[in-house]
Amino acid sequence: MEEKRVIYFDNNATTRIAPEVFEAMTPFLTEYYGNPSSIHHFGGQVMEKVDAAKASLAALLGAEPSNVIFTSCGTESDNAAIFSALLNCPKRKKIVVSKVEHPAVLNLAKELERRGSKVSRIPVDSNGVLDMNAAREMIDEETAIVSVMWANNETGNIQDVETLAEIAHRNGALFHTDAVQAVGKVPIDLKHSEIDMLSLSGHKLHAPKGIGALYIRRGVRFRPYIIGGHQENGRRAGTENVASIVGLGKAAELAMENIGKENTFVASLRDKLEKTILEKIPKVRVNGDTAHRLPNTTNISFEYIEGESILMLLDMFGICASSGSACTTGSLEPSHVLRAMGIPYTCAHGAIRFSFSRYNTMEEVDFVLEKLPGVIARLREISPYWEAKK
Amino acid sequence: MWKYTEKVMDHFLNPRNVGEIEDADAVAEVGNVTCGDALKIFLKVDEATKTITDVKFKTFGCASAIASSSALTELVKGKTLEEAAKVTNKEIAAVLGELPEEKMHCSVMGMEAMQAAIADYKKKHGMETAEEEEKAEDHEGRIVCKCFGVTDTKIRRVVLENDLTTLEQVTAYTKAGGACGACLDQIQEILDGIAREKQEKAPEEKPAFDSLTPVKKVILIQEIIDKEIRPALLKDGGDIELIDLEGTVVKARLRGVCASCRNAKLTLKKLVQSKLNEFVSPALTVEEVR
Repeated sequence: MEEKRVIYFDNNATTRIAPEVFEAMTPFLTEYYGNPSSIHHFGGQVMEKVDAAKASLAALLGAEPSNVIFTSCGTESDNAAIFSALLNCPKRKKIVVSKVEHPAVLNLAKELERRGSKVSRIPVDSNGVLDMNAAREMIDEETAIVSVMWANNETGNIQDVETLAEIAHRNGALFHTDAVQAVGKVPIDLKHSEIDMLSLSGHKLHAPKGIGALYIRRGVRFRPYIIGGHQENGRRAGTENVASIVGLGKAAELAMENIGKENTFVASLRDKLEKTILEKIPKVRVNGDTAHRLPNTTNISFEYIEGESILMLLDMFGICASSGSACTTGSLEPSHVLRAMGIPYTCAHGAIRFSFSRYNTMEEVDFVLEKLPGVIARLREISPYWEAKK
Repeated sequence: MWKYTEKVMDHFLNPRNVGEIEDADAVAEVGNVTCGDALKIFLKVDEATKTITDVKFKTFGCASAIASSSALTELVKGKTLEEAAKVTNKEIAAVLGELPEEKMHCSVMGMEAMQAAIADYKKKHGMETAEEEEKAEDHEGRIVCKCFGVTDTKIRRVVLENDLTTLEQVTAYTKAGGACGACLDQIQEILDGIAREKQEKAPEEKPAFDSLTPVKKVILIQEIIDKEIRPALLKDGGDIELIDLEGTVVKARLRGVCASCRNAKLTLKKLVQSKLNEFVSPALTVEEVR
């Protein structure tokens, strides 16, 4: 890989491992290799670190350590939560999700539909806000579980998960939220929450890839997804991924320290970029509910041009972002999130997501603002629609 | 991240012949915003020689759509209309070195734009014969894929031109079936129909194996291995790799389950050789390389 300046504005895809996290992890990749389940002290001392990491993560969520199990990723947590709910209550065959869920939930729901479950998908409005009336109609006595994301990965929209949890409970259903994008970016306090289960992923908050966690509210019956040894009190078998667990614990501590910064500094980077783009570049629009979204995310449509081309030209300057365009994934339709919002196709194909972290700088924002208008102008110069529309 | 060749990147970053021709002799536009790519092409044609003297384009789309448009303009500039009409999407892809299969529809869009521009020229200059007019009307065909507005005529043409055999390929080359998927059965029917037609026509025009260049021989053998032999082996957890061709001796290595299987040699001899004899040349023999 070439040495080139990288400006990483794609933190909803994954994040840099914090140096402190890396440092905390290394002893467990070298000398402290004991198995936490072992009876001897060499293994036992590792278990202490696993427990400490769990306490740190639980603190970030406002939960008790016994409410948390470690998994291999956010997707595993999502799967575990939904399968557990279905197994718990075989009479209830219905799953309610939103139309803008991550594929980890959306494709699972589709697969379960094939296997005989009933799936209802809650629509969103043009800002990506969930239609709560539709939700109230869909969630019923047949519903085993409602699963709606805390914050959307593409737009950053924050959904009203507490109200959804209440509606679910009124109907005797469980409520799960995929909070992969929310944890570490917005304060979360599950102490007084009705949320039954919550999924998170390490690599979205400066811990490594391959580690996730699932919060299970006290009193909620849980059926394990991965069956085997007695780890996690039988709720998740498999020898603990010790180094990554310790990393996630450290990342949780850092997230608690920095949560204020997310909503001030990181938000200021986002706002500067967004505001200047809106001022400097014609025919752009911000997608999503700007009043209720993650502080680090903006999703901007550049009309009459296509997202992959934009990303590839930005890449020439070392600028990393993401797109809701069809062409970046090999699928032929633009992002399901933007389509669910009814964003016109002229905009959906040219939607770019910039997502920030506390490791970004204002200087980087200025660099992007210096390069971006040229990139957009250049592609519009080639576009057959631009001439006619300007 | 797509694996784009240097040539794709070059045509994307430095597209040739971008722009419009104000007094163009022919203009055509294919694709649309909804589909995610569109190409508008302008031609200047010498009336006496029917040669394309200038060509410009504007494209809405991804890097490979822009690169395909640029490659197309390079291909057709200086050609007569008759020559340009024969430019295929394969030639466009060849100028670019290679396109990811999922992006082949970009090259197809280039070919279609060219044909539409030529049709526009002929119409404007009263060159359409009665036969062609009839064909043009027929050209529309029946819409198969409603999401992307792809007709059976287009699917047939692209399948034949590129030797496509699977649904995934048809979607990658034409977009048909790439959204709701309701038309996939219809596409499969078209594919089945073409496969039947080909089978009926098959035993003709196969150039003698001996007359091929060594490279073409190897390509042909590889093709048969990929199409006729590997799928059967993969099903049983095995695999085959073509190592070399020496005269009429095909050297191949077996991998996976087959490699440790006592019957490996037998399997190899029986299956591989009989298939190669059937599809390539009766003279070929197979030798296992360990």
